[in-house]
Amino acid sequence: MAALGEVVMKLWRGDASGGAFETYRLPAQEGEVVLDVVHRIQATQAPDLAVRWNCKAGKCGSCSAEINGKPRLMCMTRMSALPPGEVTVSPMRAFPVMRDLVTDVSYNFEVAKRIPAFTPMAKPPEGYRMAQVDIDRGQEFHKCIECFLCQNVCHVIRDHEENKPRYAGPRFFVRLAELEMHPLDTLDRREYISERMGIGLCNITKCCTEVCPEDIHITDNAIIPLKERVVDVRYDPVVWIGRKILGRPGPLSAAEAATHTGAAAVQARTSADGGGAREAVVGAEPGGTPDVAAD
Amino acid sequence: MAEEERHDYDVVIVGAGGAGLRAAIEALSKGAKTALVCKSLLGKAHTVMAEGGVAAAMGNVWPEDNWQVHFRDTMRGGKMLNNWRMAELHALEAPDRVYELEEWGALFDRTPDGRILQRDFGGHRYARLAHVGDRTGLELIRTLQHRAVALGIDVFMECKIVRLLVGPDGAVNGAVGFWRESGRFVTFSAKAVVLATGGVGKTWKFTSNSWESTGDGHALALWAGADLIDMECVQFHPTGMVWPASARGLLVTEGVRGDGGVLKNIEGERFMFNYISPYFAAETADTIEEADKWYTNKSDYRRPPELLPRDEVARAINTEVKSGRGSPHGGVFLDIASRRPAEEIRRRLPSMYHQFKQLADVDITTDAMEVGPTCHYIMGGVRVDADTAATTVAGLYAAGEVAGGMHGANRLGGNSLSDLLVFGRRAGLAAAEYAHGRPAPLLDESAVAKVTEQALSYFEHDGSENAYTVHQDLQETMQDLVGIIRTESELLEAKDKLVELSERAAKISVEGNRSFNPGWHLALDVESMLACARCTTLGAIERRESRGGHTREDYPKPDPEFEKLNMVTRQSGGEIVVVPEPKPVMPSELAALFEEGN
Repeated sequence: MAALGEVVMKLWRGDASGGAFETYRLPAQEGEVVLDVVHRIQATQAPDLAVRWNCKAGKCGSCSAEINGKPRLMCMTRMSALPPGEVTVSPMRAFPVMRDLVTDVSYNFEVAKRIPAFTPMAKPPEGYRMAQVDIDRGQEFHKCIECFLCQNVCHVIRDHEENKPRYAGPRFFVRLAELEMHPLDTLDRREYISERMGIGLCNITKCCTEVCPEDIHITDNAIIPLKERVVDVRYDPVVWIGRKILGRPGPLSAAEAATHTGAAAVQARTSADGGGAREAVVGAEPGGTPDVAAD
Repeated sequence: MAEEERHDYDVVIVGAGGAGLRAAIEALSKGAKTALVCKSLLGKAHTVMAEGGVAAAMGNVWPEDNWQVHFRDTMRGGKMLNNWRMAELHALEAPDRVYELEEWGALFDRTPDGRILQRDFGGHRYARLAHVGDRTGLELIRTLQHRAVALGIDVFMECKIVRLLVGPDGAVNGAVGFWRESGRFVTFSAKAVVLATGGVGKTWKFTSNSWESTGDGHALALWAGADLIDMECVQFHPTGMVWPASARGLLVTEGVRGDGGVLKNIEGERFMFNYISPYFAAETADTIEEADKWYTNKSDYRRPPELLPRDEVARAINTEVKSGRGSPHGGVFLDIASRRPAEEIRRRLPSMYHQFKQLADVDITTDAMEVGPTCHYIMGGVRVDADTAATTVAGLYAAGEVAGGMHGANRLGGNSLSDLLVFGRRAGLAAAEYAHGRPAPLLDESAVAKVTEQALSYFEHDGSENAYTVHQDLQETMQDLVGIIRTESELLEAKDKLVELSERAAKISVEGNRSFNPGWHLALDVESMLACARCTTLGAIERRESRGGHTREDYPKPDPEFEKLNMVTRQSGGEIVVVPEPKPVMPSELAALFEEGN
């Protein structure tokens, strides 16, 4: 392995108060990924270098970073696949830095708490049956490893911290799509997706799809169908009449929307729109339960 | 201490993989105030790496399957060292635990009539593994994660527990840990603690395990006074990647073989036919013709030898490589390219396709993979009561890989995910019941101070030892001397080296400050790994036979006397000691399942 030369890696070191790139030089080794080099720097030159990682196999989604400015998993980026010369590694930009390459991704876990949970139909005595063809799309969404690279590149939040309270982001549109398209689920989250999860803010630039290490077609298969469903419900005459009769308020302001949990707004619904199987709707309406500051 | 952070819970669960999450769900649904504490972010635990599936005798593909067959396969695969009651409960309850996941939103692959599809795996008589392509663990952890979040679980992420607290009555009553981000300590008072910390793989050099697998729960239990059993029983998975060097050890799912992949040496020979032990001869095909017919006709033909239990296959690969018939990078070839259409391989094994393409630039639909044994799983672990997952210390429970007994001397593929679910649930239930009605414990503040002081001492050392170097030396020692094939002289050498390493570990010094400092985290992880390594080595010295994952060159055969014994390791007077003790005896109606003709 002697003839491989030298690796020059510039790593961002610092914390919330600021930082800078530091340059590390070490002998190259065959077949390494970026995370291997970072680990060798840690073991030999910078023992307190903070980096998040777990499986080193592209399955856990922990080691997300920006490599030469491009959002990627460090464990799945081979050094040989990068252009010759210096390699820079910096933390994901859309999230506050904790230290070095580690960012505070708690925003994502807070959004996760606001997703109205899977609500299956009653189980028939012989058990659930689902055709493979009906779950193919759901399985595509279930491939998500929660690396949050899609969140990191999403323009709505990358440079607009103020949007975070009212915007779920691509990872959670995938999650919502998976629930909405689940053959056994009975909840209708369409209004909720529109009013509380902020799907309207997405302008389908497909940046999320491009960085997905699992090749989930986030925009085409999750976001666009969700947008279409949301349009259906918003202009559905039955829903429109329901709104008029029950005097429900229109869309909430962003600030209001940000202070409601998903669980607080679940309501039963009897109308047959949305394909029959759906019996309950999660809407924008205050559900009568006290609001919880989820953010 | 001014900075002290304190939380009071009924049940504190350490570890948020499958077992921890399932325990949390159960404890929560029983009304216990429950905390889930994990070293990483939620949803990143090693369970995500489980690929092949979850074993459960649902009989969806083979109606002949039932819990008795699963029980028998599990015990035989474990070379009869298993805790029979755990194996029985596991076989009985696994199907319900799988169906329950479906009720919580999991999407398993389907049969043509819309039921959960099941796949073949080594050691299982029938196709029994419910699966989602080759990413079943991810599906399992995500489903449980969503469920726990929906129930409102309190999660303490990136928080490592350093020591358990034990009350004057000898019962566990709390835990001390620290936030990895800030380095600040946090104390939990807990009426009951469930350990669900997974395995010890990072103690070896070549492992499929993630950084978290440092035996924390085994060590916490040991230090709190609990017994461990059979720590010498470590599984080396036969197929890990061997190249490139940086990916060495990374798992290649057994599903490749279940779906038709075969093992070949450099001469192109399907060598597994040369390694069929008499123990499995009756149920294993002895010609290529018969083996290949089995994939489509399991009634009339016997299983291919590539699907023998993992210990058998790992030893065979080891022998091939040592005999000079290995592949260029020191493994053997795993070939599915010549056996199945490219499209089917990509559909059935997408993660494997992806992993080899990205890390090794190998297209598994056209070329063979190079594979070799990798440290994968520890069958031994904390001694527990089968029904309640209670350890030998009051208030302390253990489930999943950290618990011992379920898998005996060797675990069958697919039995780990089902183990997590069955015993995670039982542990959460028993812990919640134990905690119910108990008064909140009073913690010994001086014990808390002692723990934090010791943990911080690494910052005050003089710089003579580095955590990374001590860890690497520990891994080399275990790889070289307590690896897949063992012998007394090497084990005794390892025992001495571990004493030396412990002395060096006590001198580790940490640079920088307490904020997200991996050098410090590793120093604390090394404490756990060293404790586990000593238990494994002591057990391995004492078990003078070969059984399952424990292979002794100097005692190459199983010994019926040792089959009756658990190697118990515990702390006694500050020292770790090993004591052989009789294992529970199987009742006759279950023993009958192993008689001729069954």
